[in-house]
Amino acid sequence: MSADCHDTGDSGTGAVLTDVPRVALVGSPNAGKTSVFNSLTGLKAKTGNYPGVTVARFVGTFRVGGRGYVVEDLPGTYSLEPISPDEQITVDVLDGRLENVPRPDALLVVVDATTLRRSLGFVAQVLARGLPTCVVVTFTDELTRRQGHLDVEALGQALGVPVLPVVGHRGHGIGELRERLAEWRSWPRPVLPPPADPDESDAWAESVLAFAGYRSAERHRVTQRVDAVLLHPVLGTAVFFVVMLLFFQTVFTLAAPLQGYVEAFFGWLSGLVAAHVHVAWLSGLLGDAVIGGVGGVLVFVPQIVLLFLLIALLEGVGYMSRAAFLMDRVMARAGLEGRAFVALLSSFACAIPGIMATRTLPSANDRVATMMAAPLMTCSARLPVYVLLIGLLVDPSVKVGPFGAQGLVMFGMYLLGAVSAMLAAWAFKRLGDRRGLVMPFYMEMPPYRLPAPRSVLVAMWDSSRSFIRKCSTIIMVTTVGLWLLLNLPLQSAAQMRAAGVDPGDATAVSSYVVDHSYAADLGRLVAPVFDPLGFDWRVNVGVLSAQSARETFVATLGQVAAAEDPEHPAQVLRSMTYPDGPRAGQRVFTAPTIAALLVYFAYALQCMATVGIMRRETGTWKWPAVAFTYLTATAWVMAYLARTITTMLGG
Amino acid sequence: MTTVDDLVEPGDRLSAVRCDGERPLADLAPGARATVTRVTTAGSPATARRLRDLGFTPGTVVQVVRRAPLRDPVVYLVKDYEVCLRRAQAACVYTVRADG
Ligand SMILES: Nc1nc2c(ncn2[C@@H]2O[C@H](COP(=O)(O)OP(=O)(O)O)[C@@H](O)[C@H]2O)c(=O)[nH]1
Repeated sequence: MSADCHDTGDSGTGAVLTDVPRVALVGSPNAGKTSVFNSLTGLKAKTGNYPGVTVARFVGTFRVGGRGYVVEDLPGTYSLEPISPDEQITVDVLDGRLENVPRPDALLVVVDATTLRRSLGFVAQVLARGLPTCVVVTFTDELTRRQGHLDVEALGQALGVPVLPVVGHRGHGIGELRERLAEWRSWPRPVLPPPADPDESDAWAESVLAFAGYRSAERHRVTQRVDAVLLHPVLGTAVFFVVMLLFFQTVFTLAAPLQGYVEAFFGWLSGLVAAHVHVAWLSGLLGDAVIGGVGGVLVFVPQIVLLFLLIALLEGVGYMSRAAFLMDRVMARAGLEGRAFVALLSSFACAIPGIMATRTLPSANDRVATMMAAPLMTCSARLPVYVLLIGLLVDPSVKVGPFGAQGLVMFGMYLLGAVSAMLAAWAFKRLGDRRGLVMPFYMEMPPYRLPAPRSVLVAMWDSSRSFIRKCSTIIMVTTVGLWLLLNLPLQSAAQMRAAGVDPGDATAVSSYVVDHSYAADLGRLVAPVFDPLGFDWRVNVGVLSAQSARETFVATLGQVAAAEDPEHPAQVLRSMTYPDGPRAGQRVFTAPTIAALLVYFAYALQCMATVGIMRRETGTWKWPAVAFTYLTATAWVMAYLARTITTMLGG
Repeated sequence: MTTVDDLVEPGDRLSAVRCDGERPLADLAPGARATVTRVTTAGSPATARRLRDLGFTPGTVVQVVRRAPLRDPVVYLVKDYEVCLRRAQAACVYTVRADG
C-alpha cells in the first residue's frame, strides 16, 4: 500500500514517468474539480481516452520548486463504490489497477463547502485508500455569502490531513496548493482512519463538522424563487420552449452574418488562387480542394462556437440540469434520461457537439445510445441539401392551409429526424441494457450561479478547439481525396479535342473531366446499388462526394448542372435525363427520386467528422463502424420505401 | 378494525401503511419532511448503496421540494443540497414523518 512503490508493471511508459510525482484529483461532479485542475495546469492539459472505454482522460503538468508534477483529473463521482464506467475508472486508477495508468502518489479531494455534509462520506472513502491526501475545499466564497461557516484549520485537525480553501475559478489559494503539493511526502495521515461502515460514517461526519464549527449555508433564496417559476409545471414548460427557441435563434441568426464573412473570405482566397496560379491542376487542387475544403468546415465554426458558448453558459448558470429535469419523462420514453436531451438538442446544429455532450451522461449505455441517435437529428449541413431538393420537389406557390407546402416538407424532415433519433436511441438502449446493468437515475440540482466568464470561455474554447482540430484534418484529407477522384486521370488537350471538346471552354472542360474521372467510374460502379432508388451516376457521384460532408452534394450537383447551363442550374437539374440504361431519356429528378434522396440524406451518416468524433469519444472504431453501417443500411431501406410510396401516390 | 376500503388501496399505499407509518419517499407530497429509516436493496444493492452515498442515510431528514410536470422525477432537499430522483429510486427509501 506504500505510495512510494511504483509497480507499474509496464516498463514502457512506466520508466519515463516513475520519477515524476503523480497527483490525482477526485471529487463529486460540480465540486469545482475542473477549475482547480485548470488553475493548476494553466490550460495545458492533454485530453485523451482511458484505454478502451468511453471515458475522457485529462492529464496536465505543473512545476513547483524546480520539480515537475503530473496531475490527472479523474472522472467525478459521489462514491468509490462504482456503478458507471467513469466511476470504475476513478476507482481503478486509485487502486493502480489500470494498465498503462500508474497509481497516483498523492490525492487531492475536491469538496464543495456548501455540500460538505454529504461530501464527508466521500472524503472518508478516499482516506480509507491510504494514499497521501489533501482536502481542497471550494466554494468557500459562496458558503460565506449564504451565512454558512467553516473553520478550515479545525477541519484539517479533525480529519488529520492537510485542508486548503480555494476559490477555484478565481485561482485564489492555488499558489498555496502548489506549495503544499511540493511537500506531499510529508503530509500528515489520519491518526485514526474514518469508519468504513456507512452506518458509522454519518456519526463520524457530524462529529467532524461539529469540531470544525460548520454551519450550513442557508438555502439560496434566488434559486428557490427562480425555480418556483422555471420548474413550475406550466410556466416552467413555457419558459423551457422559449429558451430553446432563443437558443436556436441565436445559433442560426447570429451566426449567419459571421458565416457570410467566412464564406466571403474563402471566396476571395480562391479568387486569388485562380488569378495567380496558372497551372490548371494546381489551381484546382489549391482553390477547390484545399481552400474549398477548409472553408467548407470553417463556415460552420461561428455556429458551432456559438453553440458551445450557449451550452457552457446554460450549464454554468445551472439551467441545463433544470432542462434535463423537465425533459426527463420525455426522454424516458426512449429509455434515456433528461441529460441526453442536451446532447440531442445540440445535434440539431451539428452532431459533433451533440456527441461531445454525451460525456455528461453517467451511464455508458445511455452514452452509446445517444451517440448512435445524434447523427439522425437534422444538422445544419443537411439544410442546403434539403433546400435544393425540396425546391425541386415542391412548387413554392403550393399551400396547405395557411402554410407553404415547402415549409411543411422541411418541417416534416426535421420531425422525421427527431422521431428516428428517439427510436434509434430506444433500440440501442434496449440492446445495451441486456448486457450492462441498469443505472439508477439521480441528478444534483446546483443553485443558480453567475458563472465566471473565464470558466465559460474555457469550456467553449476546449470544445471548439477539439472540433476544429478533428474536423480540419479529416475534412482536408477527404476533400483532397475527392478532388483527386473527380479530376483524375488527367485529360490532355489532345484527348479533349479528339472527343470534340474545346479546351478553351472551361465549363465544357470541367464537364468532360468529371465525366471521365475515377469518380464517374465509381459512380457507375455503385449504380446497381443505387439504381433501385432511381439515382443515376451523376447523383451517385453527388451522394458519394457527400459522404465526407453533406453540403458537398449541392456543390457537386451544382457543378454538374452548371457545366451544362451556367445561367440556369436549377432548370438543368429539373430537366436532367438519364443518359443511358433502361431509363434513358426519362427525367432523373422525378418526385419519387427526390423523395428517395431526401430520405437518404435524412438517415445516412455522411459526415466523416462525426465518424472521427465517435472514434475519439468511444476510444474504439467499433461504434463509428456500427453507426456507419446501420445508418447507411437504414438510409437505403427508407429511401427505397420513400420512393415506392411516392410512386404509389402517383408522383 | 381494518375495513375493506383500507385493503383495496393502490399498491404502494398498501405497503405504506404497514409498520408504524413508514412510507416510501416516492409517496410523499411536495413540501413534506420525513426522516429516512432505511434504504431497501430491493432495486439492487448498488442502487441502495448509491442512495446512501447521495445522503439518504437512516436518520437524515429529507424534504420534498417539487415534482416535474409529469410528476416524475422529484427534487429532494437532503444534507443541504438538492438532488432529483425518479420514483423508482425514491421508492427504495423508506421514511417516517419528521417531527416538527
Ligand atoms: N463561487 C465559486 N464558484 C466556483 C468555484 N469553483 C468553481 N466554481 C464554478 O463552478 C462551476 C463548476 O465548476 P467545475 O470546475 O466545472 O466543476 P467540476 O464539475 O467539478 O469540474 C463553474 O462555473 C465554476 O466557475 C468556487 O470556489 N467558488
